[in-house]
Amino acid sequence: MPNFPFSAIVGQDAMKLAMVLTAIEPRLGGVLVFGDRGTGKSTAVRALAALLPPITAVKTCPINAETPDAVPDWAEVTTTETETRPTPVIDLPLGVTEDRVTGALDIERALVQGEKAFQPGLLAQANRGYLYIDEVNLLEDHIVDLLLDVAQSGENVVERDGLSIRHAARFVLVGSGNPEEGELRPQLLDRFGLSVEVRSPTDIEERIDVIRRRDAFESDPDAFLADWGPKDAEIRDKILAARSALGSTETPEDTLRDAAQLCVTLGADGLRGELTLLRAGRALAAYEGAPAMTRDHVRRVAPIALAHRLRRDPLDEAGSTTRVQRTVAEVLG
Amino acid sequence: MTLAAPDSAAGATGADRALQALDALAGNPAALKGLTLRARSGPVRDLILKALPGPIIRLHNGMGHEALHGGLDLAQTLSAGRTVHRPGLLARQGWFVLSMAERLPPDLTALLCQALDSGHLAPLIVLDEGAENDERAPAALTERLAFFAEIDAESYTTPRSATPDLTRANTDLRATATEQDVAALTALAARFGIDSLRAPIFALRAAQSLACRAGRDQVLPDDISAAAALTYPHRATQIPQEDPPEESPPDQDETPPPPDTPDAPGEDQSETELPDTLLIDAVQAALPPDMLALLQSSAGRSAGHGSGAGQKRKGNRRGRPLPSRRKRLTGQDRIDLTATLRAAAPWQRLRRNMESDQAANKRLAIWPSDIHVKRYEDRSDRLLIFAVDASGSAALARLGEAKGAVELLLGEAYASRDHVSLIAFRGEGADLLLPPTRSLVQTKRRLAELPGGGGTPLAAALKCVGETAEHAQRHGLTPAIALLTDGRANIALDGAANRAQAQEDALHMARWLRGLNLPGCVLDVGRRTHGPLAELASVLGARYVALPRADATAMQSVLKDTLG
Repeated sequence: MPNFPFSAIVGQDAMKLAMVLTAIEPRLGGVLVFGDRGTGKSTAVRALAALLPPITAVKTCPINAETPDAVPDWAEVTTTETETRPTPVIDLPLGVTEDRVTGALDIERALVQGEKAFQPGLLAQANRGYLYIDEVNLLEDHIVDLLLDVAQSGENVVERDGLSIRHAARFVLVGSGNPEEGELRPQLLDRFGLSVEVRSPTDIEERIDVIRRRDAFESDPDAFLADWGPKDAEIRDKILAARSALGSTETPEDTLRDAAQLCVTLGADGLRGELTLLRAGRALAAYEGAPAMTRDHVRRVAPIALAHRLRRDPLDEAGSTTRVQRTVAEVLG
Repeated sequence: MTLAAPDSAAGATGADRALQALDALAGNPAALKGLTLRARSGPVRDLILKALPGPIIRLHNGMGHEALHGGLDLAQTLSAGRTVHRPGLLARQGWFVLSMAERLPPDLTALLCQALDSGHLAPLIVLDEGAENDERAPAALTERLAFFAEIDAESYTTPRSATPDLTRANTDLRATATEQDVAALTALAARFGIDSLRAPIFALRAAQSLACRAGRDQVLPDDISAAAALTYPHRATQIPQEDPPEESPPDQDETPPPPDTPDAPGEDQSETELPDTLLIDAVQAALPPDMLALLQSSAGRSAGHGSGAGQKRKGNRRGRPLPSRRKRLTGQDRIDLTATLRAAAPWQRLRRNMESDQAANKRLAIWPSDIHVKRYEDRSDRLLIFAVDASGSAALARLGEAKGAVELLLGEAYASRDHVSLIAFRGEGADLLLPPTRSLVQTKRRLAELPGGGGTPLAAALKCVGETAEHAQRHGLTPAIALLTDGRANIALDGAANRAQAQEDALHMARWLRGLNLPGCVLDVGRRTHGPLAELASVLGARYVALPRADATAMQSVLKDTLG
C-alpha cells in the first residue's frame, strides 16, 4: 500500500513542523515524538519520507553513497553508475541485536565460501535517510549507547570477529514512544534535536475528519493520492526551496542574543540548546521564505527545540513545554 | 464498580463474539488484522480454532528474527556444504496463530508489530492464555488487531451461533457506510475514552465486512452495533455516564450528538441512524465486568529494559561474557567463531578422509556439532516495593516525611534503572497503588494522591507485598522491600479491629514473606520506637531502623545502605 500523504494528516501541527524542519536541516539531529498509541506517529514519519525527493546513489551501494568515491571498499561495488532511490526509512525494532544494527561478519559467506566479508546492518541502510525507532524508551541500553555513538560521529565503526570496518552513517533519528511506559535516558533525550508531544485530538469533529480521510485513503488510495498529491508537492517544493535558501538566510546578532538569553533563563544544559534553537529557527525562516531569522521564529521553535533539554527533576510531571512557553513570553515579550 | 449483568441481556457469549469476529476477519483480513482471543485452552477454544481453515501457521514465543523473516539455516548449510536458506514464516499465506501471547517477550512483540504494520501476518489470532488480570498479551500488539474476545473459564457453554465459513473472503470489500455511521462510531469511541484512532477505523471496517458477509452492500445499524461490540470493549478506558441529556456533557469529555445530522438530536432519530444509547448498550454488554480493575493493573505495565542491580540471569546476547558452549543455533545466538574453530580443528584430518570429493577437501570441515555459542550473564532489574503506612497512628506529619523519602529514593531508582512499586495501607486493607513500573511520573502522582487516616492493617500490607514480590519474580525482576510504618498494627487480616490478632497476623505474614528470601528494611516512623516492630523486622529478616525524628534524607540514606 502506498504511504498516506503528509498533507492529509489532520492536526498534529507541532509534529509536522518538527519533521519538516529536520527535512530542511538534517543537522538538527532528529525528532522525538512522545504520545499515545494510534496518534499517527509512524504514519507521519513514513509520509514525510515519501514526500521527500528521491536521493541519487551509486547503484547497489549498501550505504547509499552519493558518489563512487564515497563507496566503501568492502562493499565491492564495481559500477560507478548512479541511480535514484527513495529516501530510506529504516525501522529499528525493539530487541534488535547489535549485529543487526552495526552489521557483522557475513556468516553465510564465511562458512560456505570461506571469505571474510562484511554484512551491512541497519545503520548502513539508514545512511542519508531516516532511522525510525518506535518505543524508543524501551530500547535496550547497549543499543542506545551504540546509536548515540554513531549519531554523534556520523560514522559506524565495526571492530569485531576479525573485521575492521568503518562507513558513513548519517541519518535523521526519529524516535517515538509513550512516556508512561518508561523514561528515556537524558543522554539520548539530549541527542534528539526536537521533541514534540502528540495527543489524540479531543475534538470530535477533528477525530471524525481523521477517520474519514483514513477511510477514503484505504478505500481508494489512487484517488486519494491524486487529491492530495498537489498539496504534498507544494510542501516538497517549499522544503527544497528552503534547503537551498538555508545558506543565505541571515542570523542577526539580536536573534542570537535572544536565543542565548532564552537558554540561560531556562537553564538548559550545554550549548546544544542554543545551536538547535538557531538551526531550527533558521530552517523555519527559510521554509517561510523570510530573508532573516527573527525573534518570532525563535519564539515558535523554542518549545520543540528546548522542552526536552531543561535540567529537570525526573519526578517533575509539570509539562516542560509550558515552562518553555512561559519563559519565552517573559524573555522575548 | 458495578455493571448490570449485561451479558445475559445481550445473549452473546464470548465464543459467539469470537466466531463473529472471525467471520468479519475472514472477509477483510488486510484491514482488520486479527483477533485477540483471551481464553485458557479448553473445548470452546478448540471449537473456535477448529473453525479456521488451513493452512494454519503457528507462531510461538521463542521465535527470533530469522524464523519470521527467513535466513540462513546454519546447521543445514554446514552439513550440506552449500547455502541452505530457510524461508520465513511471514512469507507464508494463511491464518497465523500465536499461542501464549501473555508471555510474549518485548523484542518479538516489536517484530510482530512491525510485520503487522507492513501488511504481513494477517489474519493473526493471538491466544492470550493469561490466568490473572496482570498477565495479558502486550498492548502494543492487541492494539493493532481489530478484535478481542474473551471466553470465560467458568461458562463453558457452546456458542449458539453456527460456525461461519471462513474460507471465502469478501469479493466486494466495501459495503457503503454513511457519514452518520462514521460520526457515530467516532463519537462512541470518544465516550468510552478510547484515544487511539485505530479503533474507529477498525470498527468501520468491521461493520463493512459484516455487511458484506451477510450479502448486503449497505451497512445497517445492526452491523454498526455488532462491530462496535467487537472492537471497542477491550479498548475502553471509561464507562459512559448514565446517559445524560445531550445538552449537558458528563464531564470535560464532550460528547456532542453525532454531527452532520440535520435533524435535531434527541427524539426523532432517523431510521438509519442508530440511537446512541443502543450503541452504548451493545459495547457495554461486551465490557469485561472487572474492567476498571484491569485498567489499573495494566496502566503501569512496562516492558522496560536495561541492566539493573537485581539477581543474575543468563541471557545470550548481552551482559558479562561467560564461557561459550556447544548449542544448537536458534537464530538469536551469536556464534563464538574462535571456539567453534577450536572445536573443529582436531577433527580436520579425519573429516577430510571421510569426504570423497576433492573440492571439499580444501575447505575447513565444520560440522553443526562444532558450533559454539556466546553466552552472557546479565543482571535482572531490581524492583523496590514500598509499603507505606498511611494510617492515622502513623500521623499525618510522618506520612509527609515518608512520602518525601520515597520520592528521594525514586530519584535513586531512576539513576540505577530500578523499577518501583507502591503499596499503601490504611483503614481496612492494603492497596497496590502502583504496580511495578519505571514511570516515575506516575509514581509521584499516586504518592501525592495518597490520603492518610484509619487503622493499621499491617498483615494485609505484608500480604500485598508478598504477592507483588512473587509476581515480580515470575517476571524476572528481583524484588526488595522497604516497609515504612509505626508498627502499631490494629487491624487483623480479616479486617477486624483486634490489636492482638492483628499483631499475630502480621507476624504470620512476615514468616511467610521470609520464605521468599527478599532483602529489605523496616523503617520505624513512629514517634517512639516500638518493640514489636523490631521483632517483626527480625522475623522478616529485614534490617530494623528506628527513625523517631527522621527526615526524608535520613530515611533515604538508611534505605540506600540497607538495600545497596
